[in-house]
Amino acid sequence: MAGTTIIPTRMVLNQLKGRLRTARRGHKLLKDKRDELMRQFMDVVRRNKVLRERVEDGLTEAFASLQVASSIMSPEMLEQALLYPRQSVELGMKFKNIMSVNVPVYSFQTRSNDPTEIYPYGFAQTSGELDDALENMAKVFEDMLELAEVEKTMQLLAEEIEKTRRRVNALEYVMIPDLESNIKYITMKLEENENSTKVRLLKVKEMVLQEAHNYK
Amino acid sequence: MGFKALGLDCFPAEDSAEAGKILRQLTRESEEEYAIIYIEETFAAQIQGEINKFKDSPSPAIILIPGREGSTGQGLQALKAAVERAVGTNILGD
Repeated sequence: MAGTTIIPTRMVLNQLKGRLRTARRGHKLLKDKRDELMRQFMDVVRRNKVLRERVEDGLTEAFASLQVASSIMSPEMLEQALLYPRQSVELGMKFKNIMSVNVPVYSFQTRSNDPTEIYPYGFAQTSGELDDALENMAKVFEDMLELAEVEKTMQLLAEEIEKTRRRVNALEYVMIPDLESNIKYITMKLEENENSTKVRLLKVKEMVLQEAHNYK
Repeated sequence: MGFKALGLDCFPAEDSAEAGKILRQLTRESEEEYAIIYIEETFAAQIQGEINKFKDSPSPAIILIPGREGSTGQGLQALKAAVERAVGTNILGD
């Protein structure tokens, strides 16, 4: 029994019963929320895993081709070629609501739709390997963007699930048992009071009768 | 890095201390200007504290990417950590 200072009256009993009802309903709702969050979370995790592997492979490849390019060209030339980008990316961010968790949704717009815009240099003085490297990067970039979205979603969901799980557990293992035991305590106390009152009344009745009829 | 050619803003860092400084600068001064920050795993390992601060806020997203040396598996590690946080145990195996 947690609350040792509860007063065993009918009013408190009713209050406690109301709280127990609310706690039960809250518990049920939170449990549903947790289950649904978990389902969504597992989907996100799976997607994240696939994407991450793809991004990591793609980047490794892109870096490797960049490495080749930089070994063919002089570092100055490479730097000069990439010095001023022609393409620019505008990133839009909106929020999507998954079970009251706000997760970001990214959308990106490149300044121009021409895919060749990623090459900010003339082809005459650069090697073809550099073109390959940039092409690889451009390909992997879309996955990277999606990865960012999925990974952030995953982190936010994880936090929410943790919170919800704690609440469910607190209700299930602390609040509800406490309330139940308090209610039991009060009902027992009230019954006891009732019994003693009954006994007292019987006794009084006996005494009154004795007085009236002069029983010996 | 070649990302500059794609139109991303690049902030080269020599070591993790510098990377941390840049990260702080990007997240503080230009609020909402960068929604996604990609950072190399090798740097991220040493400024984990800074990165974890943004784990629970919707923006910005800080995403680890492998560097030139290839993947160190840290990205997948983060995934496992998130699963463990949500579920309580590692259910992905290995």
